[in-house]
Amino acid sequence: MGNSMKINLKVWRQKNQNTSGSFETYSVEASPDMSFLEMFDVLNEQLIEEGKEPVAFDHDCREGICGMCSMVINGRPHGPKQGVTTCQLHMRSFKDGDTVVVEPWRSNAFPIVKDLSVDRGAFDRIISSGGFVSVNTGSAVDANSILIPKETADTAFEAATCIGCGACVSACKNASAMLFVGAKVTQLSELPQGKVERESRVVAMVNQMDAEGFGACSNTGACAAECPKEIPLSVIANLNREYYKAKLNGK
Amino acid sequence: MKLDSRIPQGELSNKWTEYKSSVPLVNPANKRNINIIVVGTGLAGASAASTLAEMGYKVSAFCFQDSPRRAHSIAAQGGINAAKNYQNDGDSVYRLFYDTIKGGDYRSREGNVHRLAEVSTNIIDQCVAQGVPFAREYGGTLSNRSFGGTQVQRTFYAAGQTGQQLLLGAYSALERQVGLGNVTMYSRHEMIELVKIDGKARGIIARNLVTGELERHFGHAVLLCTGGYGNVFYLSTNAMGSNVTAAWKAHKNGALMANPCFTQIHPTCIPVSGHYQSKLTLMSESLRNDGRIWVPKEKDDNRAPNDIPEEERDYYLERRYPAFGNLVPRDIASRAAKERCDAGYGVGPSKMAVYLDFKYNMKEKYGRAEATKRGISNPDDATLVELGKELIKEKYGNLFDMYKQITDEDPYEVPMRIYPAVHYTMGGLWVDYELQTTVPGLYALGEANFSDHGANRLGASALMQGLADGYFVIPYTIGNYLSKEIHTKPIPTDHEAFVTAENNAKERIKNLMGIQGKRSVESYHRELGKIMWDKCGMARSEKGLKEAIEEIKALREDFYKNVRIPGSADEFNPELDKAGRVADFLELGELMCHDALNRNESCGGHFREEYQTEEGEAMRNDNDYTCVFAWENKGENNWEVHREELNYENIKIQQRSYK
Repeated sequence: MGNSMKINLKVWRQKNQNTSGSFETYSVEASPDMSFLEMFDVLNEQLIEEGKEPVAFDHDCREGICGMCSMVINGRPHGPKQGVTTCQLHMRSFKDGDTVVVEPWRSNAFPIVKDLSVDRGAFDRIISSGGFVSVNTGSAVDANSILIPKETADTAFEAATCIGCGACVSACKNASAMLFVGAKVTQLSELPQGKVERESRVVAMVNQMDAEGFGACSNTGACAAECPKEIPLSVIANLNREYYKAKLNGK
Repeated sequence: MKLDSRIPQGELSNKWTEYKSSVPLVNPANKRNINIIVVGTGLAGASAASTLAEMGYKVSAFCFQDSPRRAHSIAAQGGINAAKNYQNDGDSVYRLFYDTIKGGDYRSREGNVHRLAEVSTNIIDQCVAQGVPFAREYGGTLSNRSFGGTQVQRTFYAAGQTGQQLLLGAYSALERQVGLGNVTMYSRHEMIELVKIDGKARGIIARNLVTGELERHFGHAVLLCTGGYGNVFYLSTNAMGSNVTAAWKAHKNGALMANPCFTQIHPTCIPVSGHYQSKLTLMSESLRNDGRIWVPKEKDDNRAPNDIPEEERDYYLERRYPAFGNLVPRDIASRAAKERCDAGYGVGPSKMAVYLDFKYNMKEKYGRAEATKRGISNPDDATLVELGKELIKEKYGNLFDMYKQITDEDPYEVPMRIYPAVHYTMGGLWVDYELQTTVPGLYALGEANFSDHGANRLGASALMQGLADGYFVIPYTIGNYLSKEIHTKPIPTDHEAFVTAENNAKERIKNLMGIQGKRSVESYHRELGKIMWDKCGMARSEKGLKEAIEEIKALREDFYKNVRIPGSADEFNPELDKAGRVADFLELGELMCHDALNRNESCGGHFREEYQTEEGEAMRNDNDYTCVFAWENKGENNWEVHREELNYENIKIQQRSYK
């Protein structure tokens, strides 16, 4: 294989939630065109051949949209590149001989399942508490009967591109989920369809967020800096605004 | 077995309306006592689960991912079709129906496809009401674009991530019902057995992928919304976890598989770069609105693409199909790319790629329009490109970024290199008009069924079908079955049928874990994929298919002797999950080859080298093959084939032409 590179890996291994974990060291021959996860595929095949247990990690679409992959690489969620998920990170971002440290998302609200895989059910429960428009199938009016300014649609869309990966939580020193919640609240409060329930929604989602054990926001902005979809920090300001407005109105 | 599609009598355009007004209903009080199992939470599954729960049924939903929001519908890029005619360009329900039948090369059912076209408009309304942020014009109305195989603009979109936005809409509706207690959600669960009692589907055995525990779940009806089986080819645009297991277990328990060989090879994907490659990435068909496909006129031309002058480029789609140009349907565009590459005109390091070039439209179409808008007279080339780039970015920005990330080349500067890849499977579980399989009480929705796309699916129609089935079809059709089930009390899961099914699953897992051979699951999957791609891929022949069948049999035998699955069965063990899926692919692959061998014609994505016109186009045999082949499992990799005739009462079957 041309321009092959040797990567030294320090990977977090933990059998399950009830055991403690530790770092293990491995060495892999990679190629610059490989994705980071393909490098892990190579490692795992190697481990299986040696009769050892492969590293468990979450991944599915491998095109940066499903939000399943989740590795903290050299201390940064999704690794060193701006605006990409782990699966879209390629080995050309590293150098031959590099040592790379790989850990799972770190947050009490995301318990470890095994090795690099965590349980992000808390995000589903937050959405389930209010991240929707209460409209049953069949009761919609014609799609063009409510005009929506392009700028509004674009802002809503930008917030709606959140993939729910949890990098924001992992990046935050408080493990706050404000960027995730802010993105959904912004998408729906911008659009006329979502405005009806904006107050009850934001209160319910924030309550659930707190109940799940996510921390408070202290405005360091690490979440937005590490977000693979570059959700802007302004959604948090918007979340706060929506929340206070709702509270002032006695919700 | 006689296959009855149960298409209602009457005028084509009245069938669905009349069906809806006469189908038996289940009253609200009874709905509360009826359990429905929904497997899979993509567009079809999430929309069905949420809608049925809204209606009052008790729903249990299952997905193998860690959250229902991650189902692979999320990755659909380009858009969703609907016959809204918002662009006033002559679209209608009939035209969408016609385009879909023709696009499918006359191998789908008129009744089903017309219904799909009818409900397409409701889907857009419903999604907008949920807060799906579709692209809009400055006046606030919804924006549209074109997709292959059509001459109107009927595709609604949200940049290059329409699937994500639609799925998140359906997912939020689903989560709302979870919050209301009407849906119980089981994430990281995989269905591994169908439970039948007295011939009816009554539940499933699911494996909790975190603990390895086997669970029994009862349902008055079971809905499989489990997507397609493109991963039988190993390399495809499917997600890594996409699999056939749930559908295959149903197939082995009585559900027929229809047209399994009908596979869609998508023309515009990023080419394979190395042996370690784990999946292929699609570049949306919407790019063909503005990208022109070409190869050099000379063989082995090694110049950089921008150094090849205009007159030395062969825009082969525009040359061969002037009426549709770069927007011919997928099967045709894919074969044309293969033809050029096989003939030695391919580009890039592997020579198995063609160019998709945006320069012309960036400059001439968008650049010039923008210059006029801004009142710039006599703009130079650089200004035009700069202006055009902004508009291209707005339309396709995320796709261009993704391309650059993967290939390290900037598509704003150099043309994309693309090559066809496995993308979608038109074949699937046989269903009737009500989406019911040959097992009473077992339904298949979305890509998991075979029903609407014939031998080739048109772009932006998968999202349409998934949501049509889930939001607007199954809520009506399932009533016909469940209205007769209101006296059936929930069956306790200590019933012997559940015990037997669980024991079968347990035995199978023990067997797999006990092999302890030398080869990884991945290596078998990769080898199977290569056989399938080489011999049951874009071009198929009698000789190749016969070889493939023998090779798959041998590979399967070896798998059960030499596969190594590390770890244990009672913990989180992704290798074991994968082993179960690959074991099923090793059976399905063989069936696909039998089906391809059995269909002695070329149609849509199924191209048999023996059956082609002088110009290399697919040559159908309408006399013998205007039908569906549905395969019944007879155990031990034996099948009996059944035939459903397709009757065209409204559309005249023609040689498909896009010239």
